[in-house]
Amino acid sequence: MASKASAAELSLYRWHVASRVFAAVLGGYVLTSLIGIFLSLALPLSRSDSVTIANTLGFAFYTGAIIWVFSVATVWRAWLGLVIPSLVLAALIALVALTGVTHFD
Amino acid sequence: MKNGFRQSMAWLHTWTGLVVGWILFFVFATGNLGRFDTEIDRWMKPELRPETASLAQSVEAAQQRLQSRAANAESWTIWPATNRDYPNLRVRWEQPVTQASAEHSGRTQNQNRKRTEEYLDPETAKPVETRATGGGQLLYKMHYELHYLPRTVSDWLIGICSMFMLVAIISGIITHKKIFADFFTFRPGKGQRSWLDLHAALATIVLPFFLMMTYSGLVFLVLTLFPGNVAANYGLGDDTRTTYNDELNATPYEAERADQAAPLVNLSSLTAIAEQKWGAGQVRTIEVENPGDSNARVRVTHLLDDTSRTNQELVFDGANGALMGEFSNQSNARGFYDHLLGLHRGLFAGWVLRWLYFLSGIAGAIIIASGLVLWVVKRNPKQLKQADGPDFGHRLVEALNVGTIAGLPIAVAAYFLANRLLPLDLAGRGNWEANSFFIVWLLALLYPIVRPVGRAWIEQFWVAAAAFLLLPIVNALTTGRHLLHSLQVHDWIFAGFDLTVIVAGLLFAWIAIHLSRRAQQVPAPARRRNASHLPSAQEV
Repeated sequence: MASKASAAELSLYRWHVASRVFAAVLGGYVLTSLIGIFLSLALPLSRSDSVTIANTLGFAFYTGAIIWVFSVATVWRAWLGLVIPSLVLAALIALVALTGVTHFD
Repeated sequence: MKNGFRQSMAWLHTWTGLVVGWILFFVFATGNLGRFDTEIDRWMKPELRPETASLAQSVEAAQQRLQSRAANAESWTIWPATNRDYPNLRVRWEQPVTQASAEHSGRTQNQNRKRTEEYLDPETAKPVETRATGGGQLLYKMHYELHYLPRTVSDWLIGICSMFMLVAIISGIITHKKIFADFFTFRPGKGQRSWLDLHAALATIVLPFFLMMTYSGLVFLVLTLFPGNVAANYGLGDDTRTTYNDELNATPYEAERADQAAPLVNLSSLTAIAEQKWGAGQVRTIEVENPGDSNARVRVTHLLDDTSRTNQELVFDGANGALMGEFSNQSNARGFYDHLLGLHRGLFAGWVLRWLYFLSGIAGAIIIASGLVLWVVKRNPKQLKQADGPDFGHRLVEALNVGTIAGLPIAVAAYFLANRLLPLDLAGRGNWEANSFFIVWLLALLYPIVRPVGRAWIEQFWVAAAAFLLLPIVNALTTGRHLLHSLQVHDWIFAGFDLTVIVAGLLFAWIAIHLSRRAQQVPAPARRRNASHLPSAQEV
């Protein structure tokens, strides 16, 4: 793509690309897993039905996350946009697990 | 990755598409052939004759065989010969396995059960003797199992490639400026512009199909790719996946084995009741749970007539033959999942729709191929001007392109030729047919090492043309079921196969001729690395 004039700029560009790839692939995967786990626990359907819905929708979330990572302005925002929702979801999942309030109760 | 959403999406589209393009081409080529998997099966087992037995005769023969071989099995399944999906009588039985003796079965959802399958002759109730071959089933299964790899590895590889494809599709949509106008835009003979037009126009036309196939393909693999959902609800044990599937697929009237022997009722009397209710030829399977037990259940299922993977069924008490009920409900969640996967597999499709699926799949392969070629063509002007010649990466992509786009068709033809030419008593014959496929593909991939890429394209398409046109001839020489005979006796499966490969061979010959003509027209200095421009490439 853009070939920058100086070697330092090129190197920085490559780090940014690598960082976004990591964010999208790994960070996106973690976020999608957490969304899925949360949905499968929280949906007001039977256990097998909730898991099925979470399974079926997961890839839409993953794709959305990946597209998002490559379209936000800065790499920092890309990471934050994945990490913060992940932490929130992890907390919600812990809450659900601790209180035992799930769909099949 | 730059200024502008659309530009960053264009960047993303290029790289996700390129990195996995060749594997995706393989997936599309082999999976698409799977639309006609049972037809290919039949062509690859010329000893099998079309079946004419009645439902009652088939079911009786099946029950006889299962009683003698699988009296203590956990369950039986009988597929009588009905439509193109089940052209021959087939039976299966399942035994649970302990962890110590667990074998690697073909489906991850049933890892703790051992299955045996047989094709039966309804006249003799014995297995049919056919040549050992993977048939069309093996060819199409390559599109998600690859080959030579453990199932978990292939699940992850295909899953990753499919996610790349899904991102490529979405980013392609976003980056597309005039999505409606481009339905009708095709400017031939303009090099890079023409390739982009072909790529975009085809992709726009089959976009719904493409999205559906990619997304549903991923959902097939979800239990491996996102195990957290099941784990969070069912725990981490070895059989959680089985438990989940059993719950999801739970049907009423199920019962555990009572360990009280009771002879199984005559199954053909039950299928007669089903045919009375549904009409002739509407029975898809007969499934027996706990055969020989007082809690035996017999489920007679209806042929598929929509995208769902299941249809209504009649449930009988297996010991006394009483009809317990009719069942066709499933939860909305399961229905959604089922219909999505059912769309992918297209088992419900009649001939017209099936050919539409097939042509869409070919379009998909051309979309991938044209994208790969476009990447090279776009960078050629700069690459060819370099003092030391094109970069290694550029040459690698060129070589992979010709070895895959022109080479895979040769490999497919080699698979079919091997089926006719390998000795019938060769040990591991089915494996050697598959090996032939991959050996030939490897040779095609290595060919650009010894030939200039422009020549390699032409020569490989000639080889593909020859290989496909040879097939009906080899078929005629090694079996009695040659094309003229097939047309005479209205054997449309055999005739259709022979005719299709002839058309494919002619198509490849046309491409080779066209590429040769182009190569001769270009003036000498630019001929060195001619990236050929085709107005309407129809590469498979």
